[in-house]
Amino acid sequence: MTFLKINNLSVDYQMRKETVYAAKNVNIEVNKGEILGLVGESGSGKSTVGNAIINLIDEPGKVSSGSVVLGDLNIHENSENIFKYRGNKIGLIFQDPQTSLNPILTIGEQLIETIQTHLKLSKKEAKNKSINLLKEVGIKDAEKRFDNYPHQFSGGMRQRVVISLALCCEPELLIADEPTTALDVSIQSQILELIKRLTKERNLAVILITHDMGVIAETTDRVAVMKSGNLVEIGITKEILNNPQNNYTKSLVSSVPPTNKKISRFVIIDNKNKDNKPNNIKILNRWQKREITSQNLVYVENLSKSFDDNFFTENSKNFVMAVDNISFEIKEGETFGLVGESGSGKSTIAKMIVNLFKPSSGDIFFDKVCITKIQQKSELMKFRKQIQMIFQDPYSSLNGRLKVKDIIAEPIKLHNPSISNSELNSYIFDLLESVELIQKSADRYPHEFSGGQRQRISIARALATQPRLLVCDEPTSALDVSIQAQILNLLKDLQEQLNLTILFISHDLPVVRQMCDRIGVLKDGKLCEVSNTENLFLNPQNEYTKELLRLMPKIESIYN
Amino acid sequence: MVGEETSDEERAELRETLGLMDPIHVQFTRFIINASQGEFGISYQLRRPVSELIVERLPATIELVVISALIALVSGTLLGVYTGINRKGFLSDIILAVSLLGVSLPTFVIGILFIYLFAVILGVLPSFGRGEVVDLGFWTTGFLTISGLKAIILPSVTLSLFQMTYIIRLVRAEMMEILQTDYIKFARARGIDEKSIKYKHALKNGLIPVITIAGINIGTLIAFSIITETVFQWPGMGFLFIQAVQFVDIPIMSAYLVFIAFVFVMINFIVDILYYFIDPRIRVKGDVASG
Repeated sequence: MTFLKINNLSVDYQMRKETVYAAKNVNIEVNKGEILGLVGESGSGKSTVGNAIINLIDEPGKVSSGSVVLGDLNIHENSENIFKYRGNKIGLIFQDPQTSLNPILTIGEQLIETIQTHLKLSKKEAKNKSINLLKEVGIKDAEKRFDNYPHQFSGGMRQRVVISLALCCEPELLIADEPTTALDVSIQSQILELIKRLTKERNLAVILITHDMGVIAETTDRVAVMKSGNLVEIGITKEILNNPQNNYTKSLVSSVPPTNKKISRFVIIDNKNKDNKPNNIKILNRWQKREITSQNLVYVENLSKSFDDNFFTENSKNFVMAVDNISFEIKEGETFGLVGESGSGKSTIAKMIVNLFKPSSGDIFFDKVCITKIQQKSELMKFRKQIQMIFQDPYSSLNGRLKVKDIIAEPIKLHNPSISNSELNSYIFDLLESVELIQKSADRYPHEFSGGQRQRISIARALATQPRLLVCDEPTSALDVSIQAQILNLLKDLQEQLNLTILFISHDLPVVRQMCDRIGVLKDGKLCEVSNTENLFLNPQNEYTKELLRLMPKIESIYN
Repeated sequence: MVGEETSDEERAELRETLGLMDPIHVQFTRFIINASQGEFGISYQLRRPVSELIVERLPATIELVVISALIALVSGTLLGVYTGINRKGFLSDIILAVSLLGVSLPTFVIGILFIYLFAVILGVLPSFGRGEVVDLGFWTTGFLTISGLKAIILPSVTLSLFQMTYIIRLVRAEMMEILQTDYIKFARARGIDEKSIKYKHALKNGLIPVITIAGINIGTLIAFSIITETVFQWPGMGFLFIQAVQFVDIPIMSAYLVFIAFVFVMINFIVDILYYFIDPRIRVKGDVASG
C-alpha cells in the first residue's frame, strides 16, 4: 500500500540572475514497512527532497511545484498541515548527532517539549513515555540519563536520542538524512539495525538518504538514485545494484571500492580519459627516482603519545594514551595502511611521523636516522623535505588567500631558495599537469575549485619537494565516491611511476583494501594486528579485526 | 598644596613630610606597601585621606553604572533579538542605522546634545548634578527622590548608548547564526512552535557570549563614566579623577586606577563563575558514557 506519494516535486532557489533547481519533477512513492534509499553525490538534491517533504527548505529556496500526499492528504496544500505533521506524523533524523541537539537543554526537556507540542499528555505522562522510548532505542539507565545534557552522551548514543526525538510522537513516516555518516562503522551498524527493527515493529515508512552504497545494499528495500536534482532511476535495490540501466548509476556503482577483492584501477565512466589509462606523470624527468628496495624506510619503535588537558594532574584520570607503545615498519616503495575508528590514534601517529607532534616516548627512524632525536633545525629540514603530508579536509588545508601557484611554490622555495622564476613556473606547471589539472589553474584561488580538485592541489603541493614518504590522512573521506575513485587512481599512478612510499590512513576498509600492500589495525591507541592486505581480509587473526570486517557495509551482499 | 606666601623652608619641610625627597624606588616601595593595605595617602589638593574621598564618591558612580548597564543589557538584547529575527524589516534597518550613530558619535557629543534638547529646549530634565540625595549612613542614594531619579536619566542613557549598540549587534549576529544551526532545524522538523524555537532554544544559546562581553563592558562603563560624569557634573569618582588630573593629585589618581583594576578583575571572576551555571557543557567534565 502506497503511503507517501511525492508527485512532480520541484524545489528551486531564486538567485539574482537565475533560478537554480535543487530538485526537478521528482516522483517517489514509499510504502509502509519499507525502507527506501535515496542515494546520490553531494549536490544531487537528495537532502533537498527529504527536507521538502515537510517544507523545511532554507531561504531563498522554495517548493515551486508538485504535491506530497501522505495517506490521502496533500500536506503541501496549506502550511497548517505541514506544521501539524512535522514531528507528529513525520519524523526527521539529521546527519550529525553532535549538532542536532540543543546543547543547553537536557534531553528530557527536549523530549517533553516535543511530546507536549503534539500529544495532549501531562508532564508526568510525557516523561514516562520518553523514558520508555529511550529504553526502546537502547539507552541504558534511561531514568537517570533523562536529565543529562547532550554533551554527556557519545556520538552513537546521541544519535539514539535523536531517533527517540524523531519517534516520540508516533510518526508513520521517518526521514533519515545520512543518519550514520558521522559515526564509526561499529556504531553505524547498530544504528542501522535499530532503524530496521523500528521499521518492522512500528510499520514505518522510511526514507534513508545516504551517499554510501554499502549502506544502501544492506539496509534498503528499494532505492532511488538522484543526480543534479533529477531522479535518474528508481527500483528494487537488488535489481538496480546488479543491473543498473542508467549511465550515471552504472558509474556510481563502479566507483564504489569493492570489499571482497582487490582491483588494479577504478573504472571511471563518462570521463575524458576513455581507455582508463594511467596518467602521464610530467615531473618524472625531474624526479630522482628511487629503487624499490624492500628495506625499511620508516621504522617506528615503542611509540607512545599521551595527552593531558591539565598541566598539574599528570597522573589523574584525564590522562589519555592516544598512542600506546606501537612499533611497525614501512618498507621503501610500499603503501602501508593504518585503519581504526575515531579516537584510535591513527592521525596522532601521522602527525608524529611528520614531526608536528613530539612523541611522549619511543623513536621514529627514517632511512635509519632517528628523527625524533634531531635537535638542529637545519638537520630537521632535510627530513621535512622527504616527508610530506596530505590532509583530510581539502577546504581548510589550503590557504584561501594565496593563488594556487603560490601555494605550490612555497615548499619549493623553502627548500631551494635560489630557484629562478622561469624554472619555478615550469616546475609548477609540470606538477599541476601531473595531478591532472590544467596550467591555467595556477593563477586561480582555492575557492574556485571543487573538493576533488583541491585535493589534487594538495597532492601537487606535497609532491613539490620530491618526498620519499607521503603521509595521507583520510585523503578521500571528504569526497564523493566518484571523485574518490579518481583521486585514488591518481595516487596509485603517482606511486607506481615515482616509486613513492605511502602511509595511508583511513577508517574506510574497502578503500584501504584497494590501496594498501600491508595494513595495521588500531584500536584505542594499540596496534591489534599487522598483516598483508589480502591476508588480513581473508584470514583475520585478531577479534577486533574480525568484528570490523563483519560490520563493514558490503555492496556485494546484494549481488547475485 | 601651598599658597603664594609659603616660604622656602616651609616648602622643603612639606616635601620632607610627604616623603617627596626620597629616591624613587623608596617612594614606590612605600606606595606598594601602603596600597596593599588600602592606604593611598592624602589628597594633595583636598587634604583629606584618599580612601575617604573614594568611598564618598563611590555611590554616585555605582548607581550611574548599574543603571546604564541595565539599560544597555535589556534594551540591547531586546533590540538585538528583534533585528536578528526580522532581518529584512524596515524597523530593523532603522535600528541598525541609529545604532551605527551610537557607535560613531563620541559620548560627550551625545551628552551635550541631550542636555541641549532635554534641559535647555524642553526643560524637562536637569542638566547637571545628582539632584537631592538621601544619606543612608554608608551610602548616599538618588533613587529615593524625584529629582534624583530625574537627574540620573540623561547621564545613564548617554553612558549606555555605546554599550547598547555593541550588544545589539552581538545579539543580532548570535541569533542569526544560531537560527541556522542544525539543532534549530531539528527542532523545526519536530514541529516545535516558532515562539519556543526563537525565545527558548535560540535566545538562551545566544546569550552565552553576551554575558562575557557584558562583564567586560561593565568595567568599561566605569572607565567611560569619566567623560559622562564631567559633561553632567556628576559627583562621582570619574569627576573626582578629572579634577585630580588637573591638579596632578597623584594619590587620587593612583587610588582610582587601582580601584578600577580591582573592579575589572572582580567582574571577570564573577562572569567566569556565572558560566558554570549557564552553560551545562562546562559544568560536567569527563562524564561521557560509552556506546
